[in-house]
Amino acid sequence: MSLLRDLFTVLMVSAGGFCFLAGTAGLLRFPDALTRLHALTKADNLGLGLIVLGLIAQAPGPLGALKLVAVWLLAQLAGATATQVLARAVRAEGRDSP
Amino acid sequence: MSAALILDACLVLLVLAVAVWTIAARETFPAIAGFVSYGLLLAIVWVRLSSVDVALTEAAIGGGATGVLLLGAAARLTDRAGRRPAGIGLRIMAGALCLAITAALAFVILTLPDPAPTLAPQAVAGLPATGVGNPITAVLVAYRGIDTLLEKIVLLLAVIGVWCLTPDDSWGALPAPWGTARQDDAIVLLARLLAPVGVVVGVYIVWVGADDPGGAFQGGTILAAMWLLVMMAGLIAPLPATSRRLRRVLVAGPALFLAVAFAGFAMSGDFLSYPPAYAKWLIKLIEAALTLSIAAMVGVLVIGPAVRKR
Repeated sequence: MSLLRDLFTVLMVSAGGFCFLAGTAGLLRFPDALTRLHALTKADNLGLGLIVLGLIAQAPGPLGALKLVAVWLLAQLAGATATQVLARAVRAEGRDSP
Repeated sequence: MSAALILDACLVLLVLAVAVWTIAARETFPAIAGFVSYGLLLAIVWVRLSSVDVALTEAAIGGGATGVLLLGAAARLTDRAGRRPAGIGLRIMAGALCLAITAALAFVILTLPDPAPTLAPQAVAGLPATGVGNPITAVLVAYRGIDTLLEKIVLLLAVIGVWCLTPDDSWGALPAPWGTARQDDAIVLLARLLAPVGVVVGVYIVWVGADDPGGAFQGGTILAAMWLLVMMAGLIAPLPATSRRLRRVLVAGPALFLAVAFAGFAMSGDFLSYPPAYAKWLIKLIEAALTLSIAAMVGVLVIGPAVRKR
């Protein structure tokens, strides 16, 4: 059972890491600010979610798991709103097309 | 080679790379972004060194508050000031000074006897007298309380320094541009959702500071961040420097600390000594008052001086 749990963690955290990698590639390669923001937030939210999911299997009890989920939710909230603010600033400056 | 060692080596290389990049960055804004990432990476380094208290402080102050202060400073720099690159002589001097400090630190660390001298056992041995369970808190508020007290006075001086930058005709005005422009809905939503959570987290970090990593500075900075966020969203107006309420909060912590320090003469015969029976409660009381003052100080420093109305 412990082996199965560890396997789940390794799989999920690796998948999460891959999402971060994809998001970073998008950040570096996409042509303009809005698509870069899109790549970053989508990949990061999913990536962090997968990592948290993987780590929940290792959490010491339900309280620890709840804290991990809280971290994920707070990061999502901050990330999503920061992106909105950035995107609106980009649009206001008229730099939304390459 | 173990996995932990590889992780640490990668972390060290990353910190060094970000540090070099921050120095090499030509524009102000990317350099600040580099500095903030550097602070956050350094926080992870402190966690790896099992110094969670220092890590929390580094993340809150090095990554958070200092980064915001630098951003504010960069935004205030006009084209006239700050764009002129430093001369080659100044750069060589700064480089030589940094090199000398690094060499001296490296020399000291590398010539330490093994095991390195430490006061940790004494710090832990004295814990029962203070009533707190976290030796870092005991060092900060009890053993070396005078340092913490002076540090808060220095912060107060910094606040006075920032206020001194206010032009005469703007004294008492609300510090702009906070809360004046029409704000983004996203910031308003973030302020409404995050601020209550942040306040609970900030207070919690101060409260657990007695027995676990945490404390007044880390918690106070979080509270300051929440105050600033709510102000940025335009939900509350910033307080002008002439506000009595703001000034009372600013001095509350240092004043209480000083009062308890002098009361030490009467209670246990020395400056800044706590009677063992009440030590824990006095320390918690001082920490609580300091937290509010620190939150106000950091907030006022970030808001900056009022500027002339155009």
